[in-house]
Amino acid sequence: MLIFSVFKTLTDQQVVVELKNDLSITGTLKSVDQFLNIRLDNIKVLDEARHPHMMAVKNCFIRGSVVRYVQLPAEHVDTQLLEDATRRETTTQIKR
Amino acid sequence: MSSLQGYVDRRVFLNLQDGRVIIGTMAGYDQKSNVVLSDSKERVYSMEEGVEEIPLGLYLVKGDMIVLIGEVDEAIDQSVDLTNIRAEPIPAIRY
Repeated sequence: MLIFSVFKTLTDQQVVVELKNDLSITGTLKSVDQFLNIRLDNIKVLDEARHPHMMAVKNCFIRGSVVRYVQLPAEHVDTQLLEDATRRETTTQIKR
Repeated sequence: MSSLQGYVDRRVFLNLQDGRVIIGTMAGYDQKSNVVLSDSKERVYSMEEGVEEIPLGLYLVKGDMIVLIGEVDEAIDQSVDLTNIRAEPIPAIRY
């Protein structure tokens, strides 16, 4: 749930999504849902020469379960805040 | 909520877990991202020859199998001569 909130704060930022089929796609993060499915706008596949399959695709929906990494813009993530929030979440989980 | 809203009745590009690529018109979808495509075609990519298009017709794709759905810009798509495109197929998903 925490990561979902983090992604929500990152809408309209430029991100790179690496998929489990080794495709990397960069684009503007438009929205995220509870499954961490991602909508990207103005997409571009990295290494386009090798992957011309998506030349005519300008925006896309990526299934959360096939995402390996999302590269975030460091200047838009408050790592200190995130650290505190993850610790708070794990301590409340241990108490339960 | 990031849903498939906005893709209905559009020409879409579907990439499946086994690496297949299907192009079709999205007729509908549901909460599990199961998708119905009309007038769909599979595009088979290879390094030896141009892209082969296999007509599939009306297709229902299970949400579990889907990797990516993209909206196709038809003007760009039609300007590309598929017979000249040589590319490795998209790899299958490896967990």
